[in-house]
Amino acid sequence: MMGNVATEPIPPFERFYVAHRDEVLGYLRRLLGQRAEDAWQETFLRALRAYDRLEHGRHLRAWVFTIATNVAMDDLRARPQPQPDGEPSVELRRDAFRDLEHLTGDLPPTERAAVVLRYGYDLAYVQIADALGSSEEAARAAASSGVRRLRRTHERHA
Amino acid sequence: MNVTPDLDARFREVALREGLVDVRYDIVDSPIGSLFVAATEQGLARIHFRPDGQEEALARIFGVRVLRSALDDVRRELNEYFDGTRTSFDLPIDLRVAPFHAEVLRELALVPYGRTETYGALAAKVGRPRAARAVGTVMNRNPIPIVLPCHRIVGANGSLTGYAGGLDVKRRLLELEGATLL
Repeated sequence: MMGNVATEPIPPFERFYVAHRDEVLGYLRRLLGQRAEDAWQETFLRALRAYDRLEHGRHLRAWVFTIATNVAMDDLRARPQPQPDGEPSVELRRDAFRDLEHLTGDLPPTERAAVVLRYGYDLAYVQIADALGSSEEAARAAASSGVRRLRRTHERHA
Repeated sequence: MNVTPDLDARFREVALREGLVDVRYDIVDSPIGSLFVAATEQGLARIHFRPDGQEEALARIFGVRVLRSALDDVRRELNEYFDGTRTSFDLPIDLRVAPFHAEVLRELALVPYGRTETYGALAAKVGRPRAARAVGTVMNRNPIPIVLPCHRIVGANGSLTGYAGGLDVKRRLLELEGATLL
């Protein structure tokens, strides 16, 4: 059940931090590998700097994934990034993602973030769009493109 | 993917160093049970006898940036007090209470170790000799018990009357201090 904006209090930072620290580190490891720890600390410092300006306690999980994605993108954008393929969108089943997950490290950064947020953390495209700073269509296109790229890589390795 | 204790400790340290925390807290073990202690940058702000759920109360009073972190000075002085080697506290205090409460609590802090005082006598010291009941309310809401020694305040007939941590704890603190009990 969704709480009313006015009645959804902001939890003490400690509770927010303990609730999300592990999965945010997992997410950043998927995006950045060994460089995840610095990005993880930066993510929670940014969250803490902004925390007393929050207006309500809704969607805090999506909010911290957005911050983590921004931090990771700053790191990843230093590297070349192929263009999305522009083909019609595709979706993956959860179990299919488990077979392909180990290949996400080879995806370009935006596609990697979109795919991992969508299939690894079950975020909606509107939340992924927030995280990527893009439109919902662009988020869906990035995830689709990533899925096709994963499948091609998987077939090559199969 | 679990955050290691090392990574966790590093984050808390940087958060404090950068001044991003409204209030920090810790749980200190003591002979009278676990104590929830909280401090701002100004000083010790809270001691609670029941640790559960105090984070929300801190967030309402001091701000939502509540972070758990070791309060070494508070822990050390409390340990020394319970070992019987400390008879007064040197910790800075952050007292955010109404003026009358502040006045009574400042006077309370002067009641010596191992001695008791009545509610009425404390009321007289702040110039309100008939306000024993109001002084009782201040004791009841004392945000920093033990350090601000409301356990030393007793009824006119010497009875222990009441205590946030329970009468048994009040008795044990007075016994620790070697106070004469009726």
